[in-house]
Amino acid sequence: MRLTFHIWRQPNTGAPGKMERYESANMNPDMSMLEALDVLNEELMGKGTEPVVFEHDCREGICGSCGFMINGVAHGPQSKTTVCQLTLRHFKDGEELYLEPWRANSFPVLKDLMVDRSAFDRIIAAGGYVSVPAGSPQDANALLIPKTEADRAMDAAACIGCGACVAACPNASASLFTGAKISHLGLLPQGQPERNERALRMVRQMNGEGFGQCGNIGECEAVCPKGITLENIARMNADFLKASVCERPKSGAAEDAA
Amino acid sequence: MKLDSRIPGGPIETAWDRCRFENKLVNPANKRKYEVIVVGSGLAGGSAAATLGELGYNVKCFCFQDSPRRAHSIAAQGGINAAKNYQNDGDSIYRLFYDTVKGGDFRAREYNVYRLAQNSVNIIDQAVAQGVPFAREYGGTLANRSFGGAQVSRTFYARGQTGQQLLLGAYQGLERQIDAGRVTMFPRTEMLDLVVIDGKARGIITRNLVTGAIETHVADAVILGTGGYGNVYYLSTNAKGSNCTAIWRAYKRGAAFGNPCFTQIHPTCIPVSGDYQSKLTLMSESLRNDGRIWVPLKQGDKRSPSQIPENERDYYLERRYPSFGNLVPRDVASRNAKAVCDEGRGVGETALGVYLDFGASIQRLGEDKIRERYGNLFEMYQRITDENPYKVPMRIYPAIHYTMGGLWVDYQLQSTIPGLFVIGEANFSDHGANRLGASALMQGLSDGYFIVPYTLGNYLAGTQLDKVSDSAPEFQAALSGVQDRTKQFLNINGSRTVDSFHRELGKIMWDECGMARTAQGLESAISRIQSLREEFWQNVKVLGKNEEINQSLEKAGRVADFFELGELMCRDALTRNESCGGHFREEYQTPDGEAMRDDDNFSHASAWEYQGDNVTPVLHKEQLEFHYVHPSQRSYK
Repeated sequence: MRLTFHIWRQPNTGAPGKMERYESANMNPDMSMLEALDVLNEELMGKGTEPVVFEHDCREGICGSCGFMINGVAHGPQSKTTVCQLTLRHFKDGEELYLEPWRANSFPVLKDLMVDRSAFDRIIAAGGYVSVPAGSPQDANALLIPKTEADRAMDAAACIGCGACVAACPNASASLFTGAKISHLGLLPQGQPERNERALRMVRQMNGEGFGQCGNIGECEAVCPKGITLENIARMNADFLKASVCERPKSGAAEDAA
Repeated sequence: MKLDSRIPGGPIETAWDRCRFENKLVNPANKRKYEVIVVGSGLAGGSAAATLGELGYNVKCFCFQDSPRRAHSIAAQGGINAAKNYQNDGDSIYRLFYDTVKGGDFRAREYNVYRLAQNSVNIIDQAVAQGVPFAREYGGTLANRSFGGAQVSRTFYARGQTGQQLLLGAYQGLERQIDAGRVTMFPRTEMLDLVVIDGKARGIITRNLVTGAIETHVADAVILGTGGYGNVYYLSTNAKGSNCTAIWRAYKRGAAFGNPCFTQIHPTCIPVSGDYQSKLTLMSESLRNDGRIWVPLKQGDKRSPSQIPENERDYYLERRYPSFGNLVPRDVASRNAKAVCDEGRGVGETALGVYLDFGASIQRLGEDKIRERYGNLFEMYQRITDENPYKVPMRIYPAIHYTMGGLWVDYQLQSTIPGLFVIGEANFSDHGANRLGASALMQGLSDGYFIVPYTLGNYLAGTQLDKVSDSAPEFQAALSGVQDRTKQFLNINGSRTVDSFHRELGKIMWDECGMARTAQGLESAISRIQSLREEFWQNVKVLGKNEEINQSLEKAGRVADFFELGELMCRDALTRNESCGGHFREEYQTPDGEAMRDDDNFSHASAWEYQGDNVTPVLHKEQLEFHYVHPSQRSYK
């Protein structure tokens, strides 16, 4: 099978980039998109051209490393599929493909199709956790959690942090990512003590990173490889609103420390 | 080199308690004075870094991925074992310990395994407290399933994403410490050497994968949680970036390498489809709970599976192992799949595959029930193969999945280099010659949350650590070594890509040091690897420069180390004249083709000591003693 690729080449964050055109006749419909790039890269290196840089690791759709735009769609045409599991059988022989990195100010391009998503880590660091030191918990079954709640928390927790939601959003909003973590922990009893603080800090961090506001367009949900739903953004907004209204200066902190 | 396992001795049930009591403590006010390096951010490294940060140490954590959340632990599907006995089905710490020692074919250290079984219950408590959304029953209690050959239901799971959820728990704890300023994270940074001063591990040399900067990091202790080395085979279920460089550099600095030939081949992976194949995808072995494995009775039967009547199918696992059937341990299931394919009864285009058939279960339980249990796995299978497993049996074949071998460690998880601790899959671990399903997550978290935080304190409190700086000659020598090697890769300017060498190495390893091994094959593999390695250093092509993102350069360093490790694996397999667990030497089998252990001569862990490049390493042996679980032939009949 023959494909023509137009791929964004950019040597580093500061340098200008441009689309380059490559052709390969050595494609196979059973290959994944990343294997197609492997084959293309081997061909490029044979000609002395530097290979296309793209991020990838597990290649089974769970680590969240990979992702780029294919013909303007984050992760390409197949729903709930990352580019590492997207096979070429979804494309026609002779088709032209346009591959571009995630586009968002908060995700600077590092090289070619690779971007810097460290803003996501900083959003999690701002409260996307339950503060529980190793060794302190009670027996796991002492806490009963209704199956429906646990299942809904799991739905939200399935986020792989790939960044497709940001790339697909016209405002480059990170609301789906942030909302998924706020929902996952907020739906569980373990997450209640820090629920308000979490919503305040994570949303403020998200805004501080320069992500845009959510306009309820739903592009994020449409491209999410794990099917994270807009409902999570609604939960984030509700938690943030409630926490903002309830926010008071911290009390007793000085005595605690003493 | 003297191997001292530092087993506490005495009754096994209280050994870890005694050890913890006897271990020295670091005063809380002094912890912040210690610098600790953790390399790797998976279940072992991530949980260790978070826990040590929480305790008050100054921690630096390194990973090559863009975020600590991407470590390969994330890909574990099936579950995590714990001896909770929530199902009241006869489980206990002792039974988990017994099953693990036996499952490892009596090649693991009893005291370590017992501690692992003890810690298993705390791990579940810890994970639930962090908000890990394990599967639950309608009454709100935790759900369990039986997994990979266990006769009790002790496996906890979060759909088919247990590793992801446990890793996110550890990652979130780690991010909390990063936020609190107790852990400094170095993502996109690869460890390229270990620095040893006065016989103690005192730091590492790293390369920043974005800028190419090669840097020094000084510490009071170094912890490696850098995972396994299955990618030596090129095709494996491991993530593409998983590599042996950190442990291999440590080996070359004096850490003994334990049981390098013990690798695990997972029976249920999607078969290879073509030469372009870059990795293999695992299908959770929980599928074997409801799927029946078969091949046609006749050789070369090319009919579609629906055309083959019941009486012309061979359910070979059910036939050979009536009591365990399709749930025999991984090594047994894999070897049998290879055997039927070798007989010419394999299925699919390549004839390297067997059927995993849900037809009977769908008839018994209905398609909805099967969808509820395995829906996401079925979807994944269909996405990759374009076949609908509700209608057509899945095709599966074994693939390299896990490495039981790794750096040798004592009971305190310290390597033969004082101050160098090794945790998770990177150490030679508690799994002996074969790991049971759902035990890798357990070991990684046990080491990281509950063992190394205690044993590291004991080392720091009991060791005189002189102040060192990176101007020390050892640091400077290691630094220039890494710089020179990097330049060398870029200057060879040959004609073959790194991947083409890696594929060829992988093929040799899979053919000769894979599911079945022979002395002759291993000897030929060693000489073929040596000549391929020579060619690599003459003819590899790495484009670009160091001072930029250069993925070929990263791969070149990893593959160069895989060459050396591959040779050591073959050497280890060659000296182990017996079959045990994942190590099957064709010369040593029972008349009906089962593995034949030789306890008189091989009841030991091998520990290899580096002697220099192109010098045969020295083999040391740690004799294993079995006071509780008496070695017997593993029988699953």
